[in-house]
Amino acid sequence: MTTPPEGAPGGTPGGVPDSTSKPSDEKLPGKQPPAGEPAGEPTPDDQASLPARLGEERLEEPVARTGMFGVTTTGDTSGYGRLQVHRPPLPAAEPPYGGYFDAIARGLGSALQADGVDFNDAIERVTTDFGELTFYLRRVHLVAVMDKLLHDPDLRFEIFGGVSGVHYPGDVGRELHAVYHLASITHNRRVRLEVAAPDADPHIPSVTSVYPAANWHERETWDFFGIIFDGHPALTRIEMPDDWPGHPQRKDYPLGGIPVEYRGTKVPPPDERRSYS
Amino acid sequence: MSSTDTHATPGATDAEADATEGRVYNLAGGDWDDVVTDDTDRGFNEQIVVNMGPQHPSTHGVLRLILTLEGETVTDARASIGYLHTGIEKSMEYRTWTQGTTFITRADYLTPMFNEATYCLGVERLLGIEDRIPERAQIIRVLMLELNRISSHLGGIGPFGLELGATTIFLQGVRFRENVLDLFELITGLRMNHAFIRPGGVAQDLPAGGLEAIRDFLRKAPKWIADLRKLIDSNAVFIARTKGIAYLDLEGCMALGVTGPILRATGLPWDLRKSQPVMGYETYEFDVPTTDTCDTYGRYLIRMLEIEQSLRIVEQCVERLADRASVANDPWLIQDAKIGWPARLSLGPDGMGPSPEHIAHIMGQSMEALIHHFKLVTEGFRVPVGQAYVPVESPKGELGCHVVSDGGTRPYRAHLRDPSFHHMQAVSMMCEGGNLADVIPAIASIDPVIGGVDR
Amino acid sequence: MGIEEKLPSGVLLTSVEKIAGWARARSVWPATFGLACCAIELMMTGGPRHDLARFGMEKTGSTPREADLMIVAGRVSQKMAPVLRQIYDQMPEPKWVISMGVCASSGGMFNNYAIVQGVDHIVPVDIYLPGCPPRPEMLMDSIFKLHDKILNMKLGPDRDEEITELEEARLNMLPLRVNAGINDIGSEL
Repeated sequence: MTTPPEGAPGGTPGGVPDSTSKPSDEKLPGKQPPAGEPAGEPTPDDQASLPARLGEERLEEPVARTGMFGVTTTGDTSGYGRLQVHRPPLPAAEPPYGGYFDAIARGLGSALQADGVDFNDAIERVTTDFGELTFYLRRVHLVAVMDKLLHDPDLRFEIFGGVSGVHYPGDVGRELHAVYHLASITHNRRVRLEVAAPDADPHIPSVTSVYPAANWHERETWDFFGIIFDGHPALTRIEMPDDWPGHPQRKDYPLGGIPVEYRGTKVPPPDERRSYS
Repeated sequence: MSSTDTHATPGATDAEADATEGRVYNLAGGDWDDVVTDDTDRGFNEQIVVNMGPQHPSTHGVLRLILTLEGETVTDARASIGYLHTGIEKSMEYRTWTQGTTFITRADYLTPMFNEATYCLGVERLLGIEDRIPERAQIIRVLMLELNRISSHLGGIGPFGLELGATTIFLQGVRFRENVLDLFELITGLRMNHAFIRPGGVAQDLPAGGLEAIRDFLRKAPKWIADLRKLIDSNAVFIARTKGIAYLDLEGCMALGVTGPILRATGLPWDLRKSQPVMGYETYEFDVPTTDTCDTYGRYLIRMLEIEQSLRIVEQCVERLADRASVANDPWLIQDAKIGWPARLSLGPDGMGPSPEHIAHIMGQSMEALIHHFKLVTEGFRVPVGQAYVPVESPKGELGCHVVSDGGTRPYRAHLRDPSFHHMQAVSMMCEGGNLADVIPAIASIDPVIGGVDR
Repeated sequence: MGIEEKLPSGVLLTSVEKIAGWARARSVWPATFGLACCAIELMMTGGPRHDLARFGMEKTGSTPREADLMIVAGRVSQKMAPVLRQIYDQMPEPKWVISMGVCASSGGMFNNYAIVQGVDHIVPVDIYLPGCPPRPEMLMDSIFKLHDKILNMKLGPDRDEEITELEEARLNMLPLRVNAGINDIGSEL
């Protein structure tokens, strides 16, 4: 995937690796390649078994979809009825990440270390897909990580870019995701944090104590997804009327349209139409 | 109705509520004066709660403000939003990626191109075609975005005058804005909510005579700007109503994560077009205007100066497009047949419709073209799994669309991080402690568009 | 110059209905209920190029108590609907409603949980104006049609009769297409 150029995330690929990152002698935080295996190019043997290994990894993932074309009853004569599509394996990048991502990871690692929190405890996964750095956090450490990202002089992510909720009903046990975007004016960087909470226990700590601007964003995410932000001063509905039941942007909430009359026929709302994809 | 029903804490007695809520009077008819004649607590601490909106001519849409006033001073200002919530984000989840453009363009309806741009940039990043967008498309995008910046700032300054009671500012601003809308209509076909920027490029090329019309506009615009500035800049009444009002310094902006003209009014020249440029913005010459007064007047001045800078960029875009006139087959949409679906419309006897040549081609000559057309029309293209966030510098601040794809033909989640939504949280900081009459310029200086706030 | 120059002996005979209709139509004060994108086009219609002031409609009533016409310009969300009704109720008779744009007329492109699918669910509408958003010229055309309607409005008992007639006509209106196929309305059982 594309590596970002120094100091300016953008679309242009072919970035220069971070000049301050040293090769293998410095331990960068994050999932390290297993000891004993040399980092770098896979050996010819590894490459030969790569497709088989990837295939096995995929089979270990949970099943995301059974059958094709959305058919759920026995009327399926397509022959695809017993097809099982596994969820794609969760990507994880290994350090060095490229560009300024390593500076962020290192800064965050050392800042958390100073508080006695291990980087790998707080952060489950790191991805650098599409030239954007994403940290997947454990929710208990969210406020601590946010605090470091704002106040640490090497990090200084001043601009809070909003909370975006996403509902993955297929991701059992981690259905509700909250995605935070942060921007640093001082260092001209961007970072994304993602935390997950299960439907059964939709609590995520509120970051309003660190970023006051998160106030309305968290209210909106509560309104639309039902994620309860612990520690929020006034978690009430903001977009829907105050007594609205349900959380509209969840995937199990219907779109709520009405059939539309057109030239003597009725067109159903978009979520009730036939779909082939 | 018993007294326990009326207190915020259920079951509280009047005396208990007195301590927490303030003086509580429990009345059942009778004359108010009789009740309070011997009340020594009444005095200067009388606060009234005033509800402004949601329908109010002095707000930028359906914004509801709940103000607690002590005399003329605002002690508490809270903004209540949601009166225009449209479910745009959820509606997009049931449409294809290209159709998502038409929905998201109506979020912040004064800056439709910017909504489309941030969404399409996110989709393009997920598709991995960021470096394959044709040069012509990028130039046209920048051209339209800067024209939209001009029309948005005028759409902010005009109603600003109207809200202050200065209808001349409104009329002159609207008069100028009509010319920009004429250009939009010429190029995209619509005056607003264009759905012009699509994933892969733009919907169609500039029409014949488009460059001439823009050049004509560029010739006349500086005089219009100068007239408008002569009307407003040194206007004693305008200055009295805007200087020192709604003060939000750098510390306050950083605490609230405010970007855009409000941040630049504190002196910090943070502009995403310069620091994290997309669509080729780094190749254009323009300045980022700042002032250091941190007040409403500074923000107004920045908007006028930004209009002038946008005119510079539009001129450079026109030069580049003119230079490319000799390039044959200059595409304005990515040439990948699986993603880019050019409109291929033509004007027939009964209006605009599919061009007969295109129909003949796909029906008679090329099976592959027919298949591509069919798949794109019925399903749309598929976007790889992942999420992207590509913010742009909209006239109001940092506008970004968080796009999540599950590999399908529909957005799994598209969340618009709107600057107006974010900045409305700063209303309290700007208005509290000031006069009631200063609330109007304060909100107008944030320039919120409630469509973006509520989506 | 005007009609007064052409009157024979300076005497004009007319009916109270016609004079009342003429007076009402020539000075309709809008309570602009500008909500969303259509509100911007409404503002532009009040601007110098398409000038609503020519038709006596410049005084946009800041208060609904002084307004005759409510132009619902934009999408009406569920939260806004009671407010809309309250503003409509605050307007004194005679009052008219133009639903400007497709979102106000029918919910528009937003066929979902958040938008009222047409303000005629809440207030009685006189003129429906499609468009997304309608051009200022289209808005003016709708206002002219409304002016026609106002000019020819009856008064008193004639008005009650007129209302009853209109209602009967509506109730007995035939559908646009006769049931012809499996998808047609009325063919479902």
